[in-house]
Amino acid sequence: MNTSLSWIRQYVPDLDVTPQEYADAMTLSGTKVENFVRLDADLQDIVIGQIEKIERHPDADKLVICQVNVGKERVQIVTGAPNVEEGQKVPVVLDGGRVAGGHDGKMTPGGIPIKKGKLRGVESCGMMCSIEELGSSRDMYPEAPELGIYIFPEDAVIGESAVHALGLDDVIFEYEITSNRVDCYSVIGIAREAAATFQKEFHPPVVTKTGNAEDAADYVKVTVKDERLCPRYCARVVKNVKIGPSPKWMQRCLAANGIRPINNLVDITNYVMEEYGQPMHAYDLATIQGQEIIVRCADKGEKFVTLDGQERMMDDTVLMICDSEKPIGIAGIMGGENSMITDQVQTVLFEAACFDGTNIRLSSKKVGLRTDASGKFEKGLDPNNAVAAIDRACQLMEELGAGEVVGGIVDICSQTKEPARVPFEPERINALLGTEISQEEMLDYLAGVELSYDEATNEIIVPTFRQDVACTADVAEEVARFYGYDKIPTTLPTGEATTGKLPFKLRIEQVARDIAEYCGFSQGMVYSFESPKVFDKLLLPADDPCRRAITIANPLGEDFSIMRTTSVNGMLVSLATNYNRRNKNVRLYELGNIYLAKELPLTELPDERMKFTLGMYGEGDFYTLKGVCEEFFEKIGMKEKPQYRPDGGYPFLHPGRQADIYYKKKKLGYLGEVHPLVAQSYGIGEKAYLAVLDIPTLLPLASFDHKYTGIAKYPATMRDISMVVPKEVSAGQIEAMLTQRGGKLLESYQLFDIYEGSQIQKGFKSMAYSIVFRAKDRTLEDKEVNAAMKKILNGLESLNIRLRA
Amino acid sequence: MDMKQKLQELHEEAVRKIQASEGLERLNEVRVAYLGKKGELTALLKGMKDVSAEERPVVGQLVNETRNKIEGILEETKKKLEAAALEAQLQEEVIDVTLPAKKAQIGHRHPNTIALEELERIFIGMGYEVVEGPEVEYADYNFTKLNIPEGHPARDEQDTFFINSSILLRSQTSPVQARTMEKGKLPIRMIAPGRVFRSDEVDATHSPSFHQVEGLVIDKKITLADLKGTLEEFARELFGPETKTKFRPHHFPFTEPSAEMDVSCFKCGGVGCRFCKGSGWIEILGCGMVHPHVLEMCGIDPKRYTGFAFGIGLERIALLKYEIDDMRLLYENDVRFLKQF
Repeated sequence: MNTSLSWIRQYVPDLDVTPQEYADAMTLSGTKVENFVRLDADLQDIVIGQIEKIERHPDADKLVICQVNVGKERVQIVTGAPNVEEGQKVPVVLDGGRVAGGHDGKMTPGGIPIKKGKLRGVESCGMMCSIEELGSSRDMYPEAPELGIYIFPEDAVIGESAVHALGLDDVIFEYEITSNRVDCYSVIGIAREAAATFQKEFHPPVVTKTGNAEDAADYVKVTVKDERLCPRYCARVVKNVKIGPSPKWMQRCLAANGIRPINNLVDITNYVMEEYGQPMHAYDLATIQGQEIIVRCADKGEKFVTLDGQERMMDDTVLMICDSEKPIGIAGIMGGENSMITDQVQTVLFEAACFDGTNIRLSSKKVGLRTDASGKFEKGLDPNNAVAAIDRACQLMEELGAGEVVGGIVDICSQTKEPARVPFEPERINALLGTEISQEEMLDYLAGVELSYDEATNEIIVPTFRQDVACTADVAEEVARFYGYDKIPTTLPTGEATTGKLPFKLRIEQVARDIAEYCGFSQGMVYSFESPKVFDKLLLPADDPCRRAITIANPLGEDFSIMRTTSVNGMLVSLATNYNRRNKNVRLYELGNIYLAKELPLTELPDERMKFTLGMYGEGDFYTLKGVCEEFFEKIGMKEKPQYRPDGGYPFLHPGRQADIYYKKKKLGYLGEVHPLVAQSYGIGEKAYLAVLDIPTLLPLASFDHKYTGIAKYPATMRDISMVVPKEVSAGQIEAMLTQRGGKLLESYQLFDIYEGSQIQKGFKSMAYSIVFRAKDRTLEDKEVNAAMKKILNGLESLNIRLRA
Repeated sequence: MDMKQKLQELHEEAVRKIQASEGLERLNEVRVAYLGKKGELTALLKGMKDVSAEERPVVGQLVNETRNKIEGILEETKKKLEAAALEAQLQEEVIDVTLPAKKAQIGHRHPNTIALEELERIFIGMGYEVVEGPEVEYADYNFTKLNIPEGHPARDEQDTFFINSSILLRSQTSPVQARTMEKGKLPIRMIAPGRVFRSDEVDATHSPSFHQVEGLVIDKKITLADLKGTLEEFARELFGPETKTKFRPHHFPFTEPSAEMDVSCFKCGGVGCRFCKGSGWIEILGCGMVHPHVLEMCGIDPKRYTGFAFGIGLERIALLKYEIDDMRLLYENDVRFLKQF
């Protein structure tokens, strides 16, 4: 919503503030000024001058030399403008002044300084200006010539400010109006707020009774078939219409609000729409068959050609304005080509109605047409505003001599709207705001925005244009706005103390981040939705449960159309981005949900599972990543050794380099090397590794409860064994054997060498472990250790392992 | 020459040689030459047999004294030489401290997370509990219980991703308000950080997925003044003690009265710069007193309890605080970006 300061001043004449003061105070009282533009910001020293004499330039065919009376003096100006004549009054920028732009309409920020100079040898002192050079356009000043200097009417006063005469000494404010303040989508609404904000008197337009002795009802009959969608429909008639330009003052008002003046009739409807926030429509009564208006829903599939010449498809929820035979307009959105006003119009039918906001919003979307009018209707207008607006339009028709207003109004109103009443509870208001504002002061603030007080019932009476005020909290906001949010004290909540808490799950996630970062992984974030194509990219079979993804009904496109069921794609895309940009040794982690439907289509909320995903390429391998996982497990109190089972069968991982991770028989997740084909299709040209851990599974296993177990007092005995191991026997099997056979005395073991190659028989590998034995209560004797070792070696033998010679 | 004189000479000679020794090795040679088994003092002692019995104790004492003196000087000289040797070694070991550091490769947190942890720290310190809610949510919680009934423009499809008519991707973290209130445990002081979704095309300032932090306080006698005080405290903690705040009336369906809070620009301190578009203020969050309808719908008596709520855009804080000029960077995960935090 935009308004000019001058238009606001029409209703708040005492308003005497700078644009900045206005913007600041309005913003603080709730009408947020987004920004403001001074129309004359780049205009300086521009006066009305009269051309007294024109001579030809001696050395240039296209230039003339003008002697111009600018009031205080007479100046010589050389111009190439084609339209100058002696006696004309024109805008003149004096030597040292500034204009806003060129005559081609291009604006120069800061303006263009005009200096005395010579044009083809002849001195020129200043410049005569076109409307474009003054920063506006012929759209806004239709009387301006197409090419050349703007010409003032004869009564313009020489020497006075041309900027003022053109109404360019104005400021345009742009507001952000919140959706609850429909009334502020109008100049009157904003002026009312301005008056209350600056505590000045508010003078809304005085609408006088208009119309001859005839009755509009004799000209037109109105039937509303759907009263829910059209609670009020008002029609008035103006005959003997004389189409012509509207007066300058109206053109200036419209131009300042960015609306192009057209003719008196169109300008009046636009003017009233701006002023009252009530869209209006004018029909040529001659085009209305049967002199009858019927408001009804369209037939399904009905086609209709709107004012802009477009054919549009309706459905049976779109409300239409029809005559006795055919539709003539889409209610609240746009009129039809078939009832369009032409310059030959004799009798005009004005329509001011109230339509259901939601219906207009939905219809506008269905029809694919959003207009100024629909934008206002969809906010839900006050039905009482329609009468005020239509009477105002008729008054203007009469005042401007644009036609003869027919008496009476056809007003089909199914819901009369009465002012709402809200109990006045000053104590509750103070209790809610934390203030001690007196009852009288509150009532003063409320009266400023026409919320009156009924002493008899102790109620606040809310005018119908304030549909947003319905309870004491709403009244409290009105009080607070004009008392000033800045004057409300600042305190901290009293009452029962509460403890700040971070839930266990979030603490675990915090540790996950810490560990990942200690290990060199940086945190990435990815979207929760992705493309259904990712399943093929990950080589998942057709029946893979991952493919049972939740689909978004209105996605931003196929690439964002399903809720992810795996975090793998996001990580691979991130790694690929880095690989593409030649980043070396990349390590990333991500903490984010996947979404698993309990059933499809969705009837209840899905299972949202937080996944801790790690991905890397460059330095490090499978075991590096495995190490990171184990650091994490240990840090969250999972101190037993996890098991790794190589049979997860993840198709996007290398078949021989992947493992499911188990802890106390619970599957925590998996890790592995990315399958070369998958890496290739993502564009990762190196070996990449992934680990995915399921946080909800980890939670019951994790704990921050640490127990100290004492530091060994007695010495340990260490034995190294070097073995030849069949290739298919895994370290896990050997270690399980060590644990099982080593008994209580076994403290720890460590693999310190593994080798496969020429020294070792094919199908075997060499492995060497260092095994540590210790007793808590004594120094171990050799024979005890020997006995333990013997058990271990027997066990290993059963795995076809032999000691190396 | 009597024993006494011999000892005297031996002593003088030893002292001379000790003082002339360069380095610990040479000193040790001197020590051995005089005090060793085959040393001169030992040799001299062998001459004791020629000394008369009555002179022996005197000479013996003299020998011991001489030995002690020589040992004393030896020890003293040794210390000096050791100190010199250490000094020389330290001189030798001078390194170029400007050579590059050997860093452990430590990863980096996402700027969003850094901002979030900062917020959590501040509010946990004020007694708030961190709460989570579902990202795929019922329309009932996302809208209806927040005073946004069927047909309200805020429910418009063009802003919200729907799964079906009753389930959607939450467009705000406010549904966690309703969920927390419904549990019925009062008083409430909570923040609910989380991911939210809006149907915005990706560009430098928009993302279809971003994060909010919701705050909610419900208790007896909670006032708009408390809301102002709490958020002022928060702003000073987050942006520095000099930060000023400005509350402007605004509208949200689930709060009344409602406000937006601006903070004085932390770049220019409020005088106006490119960063704050010349205004000196930066819009940070929306807030307000919980609407009585919302309290009622969530089973709380608005006559006995009042409360305030606020919603902070996490990305907005992160972008502002870390001067990130393009929101897309937050989701690309380029390590050259992430490493800067």
